[in-house]
Amino acid sequence: MKKILSVLLLSLIAWACTEDETQINDNDSFDRAAMLTNWADNIIIPGYVNYNSKVNVLAEAKSTFTSNPTVENLTTLRVAWLDAYISWQKVSMFDIGKAETLGLRGYTNIYPTNDEEIEQLASSGTYDLELPSTRDAQGFPALDYLLNGTATTDAEIVARFTTEESLSIYLSDITDRLKNHAALVLDDWQNGYRDTFVSNDGSSATSSVNKLINDYMFYYEKHLRAGKIGIPAGVFSNTTLSTNVEAFYKQDASKTLFDAALQASVDFFNGKHFDGNGQGESLKSYLDFLNTITGGEQLSALINNQFDQAKQAASTLDENFYQQVESNNEAMLLTYDELQKNVVLMKVDMFQALNVKVDFVDADGD
Amino acid sequence: MNPLRAHYFQTTTKAAPLAAFRIFFGLMMFISVVRFWSYGWIDKLYIQPEFFFSYYGFEWVKPLGEWTYLLFVICGLSALAVAVGFKYRIAIITFFLSFTYIELMDKTTYLNHYYFISILSFLLILLPANAYFSWDARKNSNLAHQYIPKWSIDAIKLLLVIVYFYAGLAKLNSDWLIEGMPLRIWLPSKYDLPMLGDLLQKEWVIYSFSWGGALYDLLIPFLLLYKPTRVFAFVLVVIFHVLTRVLFPIGMFPYIMIVSATIFFDARLHEAILNKIAQWFKISLSYFDNGKKLISGAVHKPILVVVIAFFVVQLLLPFRHLTYPGELFWTEQGYRFSWRVMLMEKAGYANFKIVDGKSREQFYVDNTDFLSSFQEKQMATQPDFILEYAHFLRDHFEQQGHENVEVYVESYVALNGRRSQPYIDPNVNLVQQKESLNNKNWILPFNDEIKGL
Repeated sequence: MKKILSVLLLSLIAWACTEDETQINDNDSFDRAAMLTNWADNIIIPGYVNYNSKVNVLAEAKSTFTSNPTVENLTTLRVAWLDAYISWQKVSMFDIGKAETLGLRGYTNIYPTNDEEIEQLASSGTYDLELPSTRDAQGFPALDYLLNGTATTDAEIVARFTTEESLSIYLSDITDRLKNHAALVLDDWQNGYRDTFVSNDGSSATSSVNKLINDYMFYYEKHLRAGKIGIPAGVFSNTTLSTNVEAFYKQDASKTLFDAALQASVDFFNGKHFDGNGQGESLKSYLDFLNTITGGEQLSALINNQFDQAKQAASTLDENFYQQVESNNEAMLLTYDELQKNVVLMKVDMFQALNVKVDFVDADGD
Repeated sequence: MNPLRAHYFQTTTKAAPLAAFRIFFGLMMFISVVRFWSYGWIDKLYIQPEFFFSYYGFEWVKPLGEWTYLLFVICGLSALAVAVGFKYRIAIITFFLSFTYIELMDKTTYLNHYYFISILSFLLILLPANAYFSWDARKNSNLAHQYIPKWSIDAIKLLLVIVYFYAGLAKLNSDWLIEGMPLRIWLPSKYDLPMLGDLLQKEWVIYSFSWGGALYDLLIPFLLLYKPTRVFAFVLVVIFHVLTRVLFPIGMFPYIMIVSATIFFDARLHEAILNKIAQWFKISLSYFDNGKKLISGAVHKPILVVVIAFFVVQLLLPFRHLTYPGELFWTEQGYRFSWRVMLMEKAGYANFKIVDGKSREQFYVDNTDFLSSFQEKQMATQPDFILEYAHFLRDHFEQQGHENVEVYVESYVALNGRRSQPYIDPNVNLVQQKESLNNKNWILPFNDEIKGL
């Protein structure tokens, strides 16, 4: 019996060795540490550096405005706000490390913002912005309301900030909070977390690769696809919810913000450096590597092609998503559909190819 | 009974192997419960979710809120009582009921090895596992027997033979043997293992694992049964299961199988083990060596009938998929309870649409509002989950005041490395479909063929 078994095993190994030599991939496995390094050094940290500088400009513009509320200073402040808001779109998806423990996204960009709560908190003068219940009264959407929605004309807005000191203080507090949060996260990445992140290159559910892919997918599905397009277009409700667009008070910024977020998702997928020069190991190159083992279709090309489709559909949209939903919601729904197709390609096909774990539980693959 | 049959059922053998098995089993189960608890899985899997997926016919089995912890306490304590052999019959019945109840609470967590534990503990109810080296036998000498019917030990061996052999049969398909799937996806993702990591990227390693795994499952029961190969087989058992433990997140299962395989050895080994345990606890093992034989008599006839019926079911149940059309891996009709282990890498996505049947107004559901990420993953690839969830959505939105609720799903599934393809007919109103054992004709056909069993 022993003999039979060893003969069987030997012939099996012999057979396996001779099987289709051409397909054998003798190169070393894909270098995840290189991918993590590329993500950290060329995408995430530069993204946070940029975000920090924009938020600092924003904070300065805020100080100038509160000490001297004029229409001109308001205009400058608005530009700084939009600039910072755009730079936020490029780091929002990285809900890992300090950003995760702080709950950064929740305190930075929850919309629709709660204008009544803002007015009430500001006039009361007592508030704890650490409370999760105040998340919809701070961050960029709250600034959107303060800078664009507190009155009908610019002169009236300036007048309010001139006469109501509490409103100025509130503006100041939530802007500084953004600034402090941004500094905390960047500081963490630059002093220690970067190495933790890169060295956690294993394959468990809590490894950096697994976690960030899950974060990326969650962001794409929930915040980009649903938050920016699907929810206002009424995909998840009986009626359209045009007032739920991002930057509702500014109105004509919603497409700019969406475009920035979509481009950031595309760039992350392709491992494109933040400064636009060069490209490194990424989900795309990872998928291409695995393709050499599994054969089959070029999944990365399908995903990139679908990103293009989504961009193309979005290119027809008005700068102002509120207007777009009100006038021709069909175009919004079409954009949603194109974004949705990539959810399937990424969450089903890519997750399977990368063997991404959703959670740590016992499983035997059935 | 004809003489031969009568002879077999009245043969006795040393009781030590079954006693040792009882102790191992009880301890393993106790550790399993403690481990499960310590990971916070009771809260995460059975308390936090607001919706649970039921098995057909067991819709009444639900988690008990905070009382679920008590259920695990009962399960763990009864496992300890089984190990000690304290009020054995009550203990093993309690264990069987509590463990099975836990497994029935949410089929999201279905694992073949949980099912194995359930049916094994059922079988143990019928066996005289407390006849030797148990609290019961120590306290009541009427219960103590040095010899028990041979069939009671063979029954456990038979169950193990079925588990392995059927698992081997299930691997005889083109995906596993020819494509090397799903190991081709799983093994390379273990790149970070010391030493093995780089090997696991290689084609020949993937095929060695898939063919070796199939051969192992098919042959190991017989190598264990056949005395000259037994020790060699046990070494293989240890290597194989340690390897699976390293490669896959399958929890306690490898250890349970390693320990279970000791049942194949002669009583001498178990007597030696029990002797050691007896020495530790300063108990006299010789007390149990009373020479008494427990012989199957007329009183045992009902038990034998149940045991035989149990095995008939075990032999037939894994083949029930033959009564359904379509690809088993795709439809999963008759997939569970059949020792189909590690055969599929399935990923899916299900997007539910709620439609007002009159006004045709519609909206989509955010699954994360109702399901944990683990539940969502399981739901998206299994039709019975999708249907049950659709019915839950109908109830939920009707309660919210929606009328004429119709539920549709747009879903995609990728199986064993193939491109994703549509899974459920998006034009079928799932509200009108009833869960049953009948074929689910609203599952779209699989665009490929997997040959084999």
